[in-house]
Amino acid sequence: MNKINKLIIMAISLLLPFLVNAQEVTAEPQMADTFRSEGKIYVVITVISIIFVCLIGYLVYIDLKLRKLEKK
Amino acid sequence: MIKWWKIAAVLLILYTLIWGMLAPVPRLNILYETIRNLFYHVPIWFAMIFQMGYSVVFAIKHLSKNDLRSDIVSNQAAQTGLFFALPGLLTGCMWAKFTWGTWWTFEDPKLNGVAIAILIYLAYFILRSSIDDEQKRARIAAVYNIFAFVMMFVFIMILPRLTDSLHPGNGGNPAFGKYDLDNDMRMVFYPAVIGWVLLSLWILDVKKRLAILTHEQNQ
Repeated sequence: MNKINKLIIMAISLLLPFLVNAQEVTAEPQMADTFRSEGKIYVVITVISIIFVCLIGYLVYIDLKLRKLEKK
Repeated sequence: MIKWWKIAAVLLILYTLIWGMLAPVPRLNILYETIRNLFYHVPIWFAMIFQMGYSVVFAIKHLSKNDLRSDIVSNQAAQTGLFFALPGLLTGCMWAKFTWGTWWTFEDPKLNGVAIAILIYLAYFILRSSIDDEQKRARIAAVYNIFAFVMMFVFIMILPRLTDSLHPGNGGNPAFGKYDLDNDMRMVFYPAVIGWVLLSLWILDVKKRLAILTHEQNQ
């Protein structure tokens, strides 16, 4: 029994460096990752804003076109 | 080139689109983050009611001055208002599905009232299209418009307050009390209302100018 226990402990201790390595991989350096934080809500906000700005751009286009017609 | 209030409309709505998603809101059961819908769903309805009010003002103006231009504005404003009812209804259905558990319920007096109000305004357009004579059409439509506005006001602002409603601010208590809105939300909600009302005015402005141009060309 004792021999088996010693073997298991030795096997685990041999694996330890790999476990430490695995932890180091997950800890990434701090980057400018605002758009990936808070459940990526900023991506949704950008999408909504783009749609809205496009719609407004279209409205401006129609408005200006109408102004040209009115001048005639 | 573009008038200042049109730019203000865009900036106000853009601000509410961004800050409305990020602003701190009360943490409530059932509602959760959908409480933010208040910044988008309710101002749409404010814009609709504003357009209907604009429409009835020009209907009265037509009756007192008898100019066709006011009639055109009145008609276009009613159209714009009805257009805003569409996103209002769709967003309301979406919100209801995930908080009340159903797309539509006839238990709620506000929903019924809005359905009736929309039918009343649809009748306004049918009435308009059924009269060929310009002067006659304008006068009858203006009179009906006053009736339609009063009925809409009764159905969506008064009757829901007299009975129990799922909508906050109904069933006796006035809306926007301290239980419905806190100060953080007011900072988004009021600019959103002003922004959407201004945007509806912009859409009306374009529609009105187009209608007047077409009218002048037909003569």
